[in-house]
Amino acid sequence: MSASVSTNPALQSTITGYLARQRRWTALEIGFWVLALAAPLLMPGQMLLLNEIAILGLFALSLDLILGYAGIVSLGHAAFLGAGAYAAGLFALHVNADPLLGLVVGTVAATCLGFACGFLVRRGTDLTRLMVTLGIALLCFELANTFRGVTGGADGLQGISMGKVLGLFAFDIKGRTAYLYSLSVLFILYLVARRIMASPFGLSIRAIRDNRLRASASGVEINTRLVAIYTLAAALAGAAGALMAQTTQFVSLDVLEFHRSADLMLVLIIGGAGYLYGGILGAIVFKLMQDAIASLTPQYWQFWIGLFLVLFVLGGREILQVAGQRVRAQISRLFAGKDA
Amino acid sequence: MLTILFDGVAYGMLLFILASGLAVTLGLMNFVNLAHGAFAMAGGYVTVLLMQRLGWPFLATLPLAFLLPAVLGAALERTIYRPMYAKTHLDQVLFSIGLVFMAVAAVDYAMGSQQQLIRLPEALLGRFDVAGVGIGKYRSFVIILCGLIALSLQYVLAGTRFGARLRAAVDDQRVARGMGINVSGIFSLTFAVGSGLAGLGGALGADMLGLDPSFPLKFMIYFLIVVTVGGASSITGPFIAALMIGVVDVAGKYYLPEIGAFIIYVLMIVVLLVRPQGLFARAR
Amino acid sequence: MAPVLQTFNLVKRFGGITATNNVSFALQPGSRHALIGPNGAGKTTLVNQLTGVLAPSEGRIELAGADITGLKPEARVRLGMSRTFQINQLFKSMTPLEMILLVLSEQNNLGLSLFRRLDHDPAMLREAGEIAERFRLDDMITGEIGLLPYGKQRQLEIAAAFAARPRVLLLDEPAAGVPEAERQDLLRTIAELPADVSVVLIEHDMDLVFRFATHITCLVNGTVIADGSPAAIAADPAVRAAYLGEEANV
Repeated sequence: MSASVSTNPALQSTITGYLARQRRWTALEIGFWVLALAAPLLMPGQMLLLNEIAILGLFALSLDLILGYAGIVSLGHAAFLGAGAYAAGLFALHVNADPLLGLVVGTVAATCLGFACGFLVRRGTDLTRLMVTLGIALLCFELANTFRGVTGGADGLQGISMGKVLGLFAFDIKGRTAYLYSLSVLFILYLVARRIMASPFGLSIRAIRDNRLRASASGVEINTRLVAIYTLAAALAGAAGALMAQTTQFVSLDVLEFHRSADLMLVLIIGGAGYLYGGILGAIVFKLMQDAIASLTPQYWQFWIGLFLVLFVLGGREILQVAGQRVRAQISRLFAGKDA
Repeated sequence: MLTILFDGVAYGMLLFILASGLAVTLGLMNFVNLAHGAFAMAGGYVTVLLMQRLGWPFLATLPLAFLLPAVLGAALERTIYRPMYAKTHLDQVLFSIGLVFMAVAAVDYAMGSQQQLIRLPEALLGRFDVAGVGIGKYRSFVIILCGLIALSLQYVLAGTRFGARLRAAVDDQRVARGMGINVSGIFSLTFAVGSGLAGLGGALGADMLGLDPSFPLKFMIYFLIVVTVGGASSITGPFIAALMIGVVDVAGKYYLPEIGAFIIYVLMIVVLLVRPQGLFARAR
Repeated sequence: MAPVLQTFNLVKRFGGITATNNVSFALQPGSRHALIGPNGAGKTTLVNQLTGVLAPSEGRIELAGADITGLKPEARVRLGMSRTFQINQLFKSMTPLEMILLVLSEQNNLGLSLFRRLDHDPAMLREAGEIAERFRLDDMITGEIGLLPYGKQRQLEIAAAFAARPRVLLLDEPAAGVPEAERQDLLRTIAELPADVSVVLIEHDMDLVFRFATHITCLVNGTVIADGSPAAIAADPAVRAAYLGEEANV
C-alpha cells in the first residue's frame, strides 16, 4: 500500500491531541470520585442509602455497556444481578464468608450466564431481543422459585454472616464498611469499563450500534463482539448482585423481579446512556426520588415511577436534555476540561 | 388426559382473544405495547364492578367489558400513543411499562390487591359428561365464544373491504396512505377493537386465570409469546400459537409440576432462536 | 495476468425475478472497471453479492483465485475487498478520525484488544493522517460526522473503505448527489487512488465513467450485454440502444 501523500505534522498533532484529550480525566470527574470517597465524613448517617446507590450505579453501568454502547434493548438484566447475588450468598452461607472470594464467585457465575445468553441476543429484531431477555429473566426467577430448598424461595437466604473485607474491615451496622467496599468495587470496575470502551474493541461496539452494515463492511465480526460485550456487562451486573448480597446479608426472589430490570432502564435513561457516568448519576437521582416519594406514599411508589417514565418519554427527556446541556456548559466554563 | 387437552384449548383460545389486539397493533404500527394487558385487566374489573356494585348478571357485563376498554383504548391512542409511533422501540417499551406501572398501582389503590372472585351464572357451572370425559361447561362456553370471535376476525380481515385496507396498511403504510386509505383512522379503530377484545378476554378469564392488580405484569410475557411465536402478520399464526401455548402450559403444569412453569419460556427462547420472525410469519 | 476478482456464471433470483442473470465478470489488477446500466439493471445487487451481503442463487466468486462465495462480509474485507455504499453508511456518533481508526484497528487485528489504548500505535495514527489528507478530510478530522457537508461525507465513505487496505475497492455511485462545488474534489480523489488498488466503479455519470474507466461492463436487466474498452462500449450498438441513447457522443 503506497502512500503518496506526506505526513503533515500539524495534522498529526491535532490527531494525537484529540485522542489524548478523550482519555483525560476532567476536574469534574476527579471531584466526583473524591466527593464519593469523602461521603462517610460528610454524610455519616446516610451510609446505607449511599451503599444502595453505589450498587445500583454499578448495575446501571453494566446495562450502559449493552444498551448505551451496543444498542441492545434488554428487559432481563436482573437475571445477572440475581445470578451474582445468589452465587455470592450461597457461597458465603455454605463455603466461605470472605467477601472478596464471594465477589469473585458471584461475578464468575454471572459471567457464565452472560456468555450463554450472549448467543441468544445476537440475532433478531429489537422486539425479539426484548422477548428473549425478558424470557431469560423470568426463567431465572422460576428456577430460583422452584429450587427453593436451595434459594430459600420467597423468604430468601437467611443467616448470611459476612467475614471481614481483606481480613481487616468488619461490616458495621451503620454501613460504612459496606459503602466503602461497594464504592471501591464500583470504582475499579468503572476503570475497567472506561479502559475497555476506549479501546479498539470499544470503538467497534459503538460502530455496531451506529451502523451494523458499515461495521461488518469494515471487517468487524459482529456476533463475536456482541457476545463479548454482553458477557462483560453480565460480569459487572453479577458483581453488583454479589455486593448486594454481601452488604445486606440477604438475598431473596425480589432480586430477579421484573421491576428490577424495568427500574434499571429508567435509571440509565435518567442519567443518559453511552458515556459510562449515566448509570451512576441516574442511580443517585433515582434513589433520592425513591426516598422522597416513599416517605410520602410508600405503597404507590410504582405509580409515580410509571408516570415519570411516561412523561419522560413523551417529552420530558428533551426538556431535561436542554436543561442538562445548559448546566454542563456552565460547569465546563468553571472547570478546565472537556470541550464546552 | 382429554380433559387436560380440553382445558388447554380453552386456555389457548382465551390467550388468543387477549393477545389478538397486540398482534395487530404490533404488525400494523410496529409498536411494542407492553401495556396491552392493562386493557385486559380493565375489562375484568369492569365485570367485577358491575356484578358486585350493581348486581348485574355475568353475561350482561360482557358487552361492557368489551366496550369500555375499547373506548379507553381509542381515547389513549388519539392522545398519548400517537406521538410514540415515531419513537424508538426502547422509548415505546419504556412508555408502555410506565403505563402498566400506573395502571397496576391505580387499580391496587382503588380496588385493593386481593384476587377478585366472580360468581359465574348457574347455567355455566359444572360439567358435561361426554363418554366418560368431564367437559367443563364454562370452558366450553369460552371455547365457543372465542372461536366465534376468531372466525369473525378472520372473516373481517380476509373478506371485507376494511380488512383489505387493514392488511394493506400492515404491508406498507406509505403506499396505503398514498392510495387514499385512512391509515390513522384504521390505527385508531384497530387499537380500540384490540383493547376491547383484551377487555373481553380479561372478563372471561377472571375465573380461569384469576384477576388482581398484577394481571398485566403476570400475563405480559404470555401475550408477547403468542405474538412473537405466532408472528404479527395474520390471525391464524397467533391463533395456532395461542392454542399451542395453552395446551403446552396446562399439560406442563399438570404432568411436570416442578418445571411446568418454565417449559413455556424455554419453548419461546428456542423458537425465537430458530426463527426470529415467529413460527408462522411470512418471511419479510 | 490473472484477474484479481472474478465471478463465474453468477445468478440471483428473488422469487420470480432474476436480478442477476449468468454474470461472468473479471476485474484485472490495477484496472478501473466501470459497471454501467440503467436503474434496476442489478448493479448494486451484483455488488452486494460480491461483498457477501447477498448470497447468490448460483455461481461462484473468486478473489485472487480463492473461492469466497460462502464467506461473510467481514471475512471478505479481511481478504482485501472493500466497498462504499450508494447511500452514505457512516458512524454518526463518531468523528472521521475515529471512523478511520476503527477500520485501521480491524486491519491491524486489534478488534478484540480490550485494553489497548486507541492511540498506542504511532504508525497507525500516521496512517490515519495520511488517509485523511488523501481524502481531503484533514481540516475536519475531529469534527462531528453529522455536521460535515455532503461531499465531505462522501469522501469519508470512500476513506473508510480505503482504510481497509483493499486489493479491490468497489465504489457504488460515489459522485451521486454531490453538489457541483465538491464534485471536482471527489473526482480528483478517485483519480488519485493508488495503482495497486483495483477499482470497480458503478456510475451513471458518463462523464466520470469515460474519464476514469479503463474497462467497462454494461448490465441490463441483470445480464451483461457488453464488456470491453471504453471506445468499444461507446460504439457498441446494443449499449447505445439500451442505455447511452442513439445520439450519444462520447
